[in-house]
Amino acid sequence: MLHSMKWIAERSKEKEIPFWEVVLQSDMEQREVSRQQSVARMLTVWQAMLEASYSYTGDRRSVSGLVGGDGMKMRQYQLRGRSLSGGYVGDVIAEALSMAESNACMRRIVAAPTAGACGVLPAVLLPLCQRESLTQRQILEGLYVASGVGAVIAHRASIAGASGGCQAEIGTASAMAAGALTAIRGGDSDQICHAVAMALKNLLGLVCDPVAGLVEVPCVKRNVIGAVNAVSAADMALAGIESRIPVDEVIDAMDQVGRRLPVEFRETALGGLAATPTGQRVKEKMKRI
Amino acid sequence: MDIFDILGPVMVGPSSSHTAGAARIGNMARALLGAVPVKARIHLHGSFAETGAGHGTDRALLGGLLGMKPDDLRLPFAFEEADKAGLDYIIDTIELREAHPNTAVIEVWDKTGRRLHMQASSLGGGRIMVDELDGISVSFSGDYNTLVVRNRDAFGAVAAVTGQLSRMRINVANMSLCRHKRGGDALMVIETDQHLRPSQVETLRRINGVLSVTYYDKEEDEYAAFDEMDR
Repeated sequence: MLHSMKWIAERSKEKEIPFWEVVLQSDMEQREVSRQQSVARMLTVWQAMLEASYSYTGDRRSVSGLVGGDGMKMRQYQLRGRSLSGGYVGDVIAEALSMAESNACMRRIVAAPTAGACGVLPAVLLPLCQRESLTQRQILEGLYVASGVGAVIAHRASIAGASGGCQAEIGTASAMAAGALTAIRGGDSDQICHAVAMALKNLLGLVCDPVAGLVEVPCVKRNVIGAVNAVSAADMALAGIESRIPVDEVIDAMDQVGRRLPVEFRETALGGLAATPTGQRVKEKMKRI
Repeated sequence: MDIFDILGPVMVGPSSSHTAGAARIGNMARALLGAVPVKARIHLHGSFAETGAGHGTDRALLGGLLGMKPDDLRLPFAFEEADKAGLDYIIDTIELREAHPNTAVIEVWDKTGRRLHMQASSLGGGRIMVDELDGISVSFSGDYNTLVVRNRDAFGAVAAVTGQLSRMRINVANMSLCRHKRGGDALMVIETDQHLRPSQVETLRRINGVLSVTYYDKEEDEYAAFDEMDR
């Protein structure tokens, strides 16, 4: 099944079908569903992402009070038209913040691949969809590619911060988003693999160090780096730039790095930002809630 | 793991283990009580106790008891909803030996005073495990439709129940038998491929030697209806 990126790429060449079609067929086989059933379910995922984005107002705060409203600040800043990142990337930042913040504030989101990293994929897809009026088919292409990439990483490495650190969550989400963007813009299977490899490589070693153990600081803003990193990796791949390390080897390296991360940097809230004086103060305050 | 474990679940945040899993545990307790709970004592262990408030674990467990699914938009307001529903609850912490870090112990009562005592853990990604029911160690996940049958520990009880299931054309996916150490009661946990209708559950209740039957209907994906129309 979806155990290596190489397998998907080879299969896509052999059968002369696109990358996303390989993932779709594999889903039909694995869950014993029809093409329509698989696609219908994928569209409900997309619908849930759209709803989460459209219903965001920025007025809710997390239980700890640390998170909320930044997505709206970024949206308004974007509207003033003077952002350094420019149109698309600025919107990507705003969307990543809005979605990740929605998760922290108990709004409804789609885990992709986890709740903590839920902002990355919709952050690159929604603004593109708006700007270029993507067809439903293009959106499906992106979503299937993303889910296939995530499935391979989950199989070969991990998508849980508790076992692999933040690279396993935001890193995976970023790789999924990079693959999706590359596919939507017409990249072939090899280019998708290069984009995924480059996105993941650039986030190798990222630690999971949530303040007070909550999915808030630094998680919400890490969604931004995941999304922006995905855009740059996709652009590089589409420009014809290749990853010198093959994608499956990069995934395996991520697994190795994750295994060797000290336990303090795997969601235990014992190291990194969680262990800073300010992080500790927040933890003490939460005990009184 | 399939691709919709990667893109999904659709859930109320912030955490698949501490929020979505907690809601499912609450749901499970409601189903296994087999009635609307009027009183609940919820005890949080380990990481649930440490970070539960910040993750909305308390709200999610309570919401689950009120029948909310992990994607229910009312989950953040579960305290208010519980008050509205007249559910008398307390939530505190507990220290268990050798339990999963994300564990909750739930005691619930219905209006007739019937009580259920359940210990369950949230394993990550929204998956859960029920570890104990009314003092008897069990192990099931709610990934299947699940029957919990209490029966007198006597000849033929298992055969009578499984025989009836086979006549209803219900296929048993997994089954375990657990016996209470002290009393003469036994517990059958039967996971089935097919859904059971309330009338079928009622038929099982009437089997000689069966003391009670409760049934957890697997969380239906919203697409299931879709799927059946398609065929």
